[in-house]
Amino acid sequence: MKDLLNNLDKAFENRIRLGIMSALMVNDYLDFNALKNLLGVTDGNLASHLKALEAASYIEFKKEFLDRKPNTKYSATKAGREAFKKHIQAIEQLLK
Amino acid sequence: MENKYLEDLKEIKEMMSKSSRFISLSGWSGVAAGVTALAGLYAVDQVLSRENARLLYYSGEGLSEPQFMLVCIAACTIVVAAGAAIFFTTQKAKIENQPIWDAQSRRLTINLLIPLITGGIFSLMLLSKGNLEFVMPTTLIFYGLALVNASRYTLHEIRSLGILEIIIGLCAMQWLEVSHYLWGLGFGILHIAYGIYIRIKYKQ
Repeated sequence: MKDLLNNLDKAFENRIRLGIMSALMVNDYLDFNALKNLLGVTDGNLASHLKALEAASYIEFKKEFLDRKPNTKYSATKAGREAFKKHIQAIEQLLK
Repeated sequence: MENKYLEDLKEIKEMMSKSSRFISLSGWSGVAAGVTALAGLYAVDQVLSRENARLLYYSGEGLSEPQFMLVCIAACTIVVAAGAAIFFTTQKAKIENQPIWDAQSRRLTINLLIPLITGGIFSLMLLSKGNLEFVMPTTLIFYGLALVNASRYTLHEIRSLGILEIIIGLCAMQWLEVSHYLWGLGFGILHIAYGIYIRIKYKQ
């Protein structure tokens, strides 16, 4: 039981971070506004969760300019994808 | 605690589907498109019974007057059916507070339009070369391919609808004499049936 709990990733404890990661698993990239609409959260809230995932190097971002407006595209890193898969496996084990 | 993780899994599945699929498709869109198609087919039948049907297959320079009328009917049918589908789906997205033109709906539209426009151009080429009888099977087949192609980005049911359209299209090509009944089945009856099914299943 203890081992199983160790496999759970602290970075995905939070529902919003879990949501961000789920969306980025099935999309090559999503921009800030797309994530905001999907999750229904405020700018500040989303930004802080993105920062947390970025600090864990689970996601990366690229800044671009669209019609002179800054547009930030987020995508999951290889490490992030592996960590997310491990997290889901841990949940599934736990629920068995 | 188990509950939290069950909820987590549910959230993961929901986010994955919501972020990659456009799910605000309205069942009414299908019903409206189906009814429009049947009306269009009825109008075509009127023209065909009034004119000598054989005249239509004459391949000469340009379009004869009944041929021109058929093209007009087809164009009206497409505009009304697509307009109604877009209208009901927009309404649905508004009610659900979902953006109508986002990454998901853009991807859906692009993947739908590539086979669809190809089929449209191909049909016009058939028409201009005087092969009017092949137009109905062709539209069914390309429409089916378009649906199968786009189904990855919307409700799962669209895939089976697309496959059925392709099968009906191939049958219509094989049995040309009944192709316009099969066209009514594919574009009319199937749309209405799927529209009602989606309304019942998703309550939309």
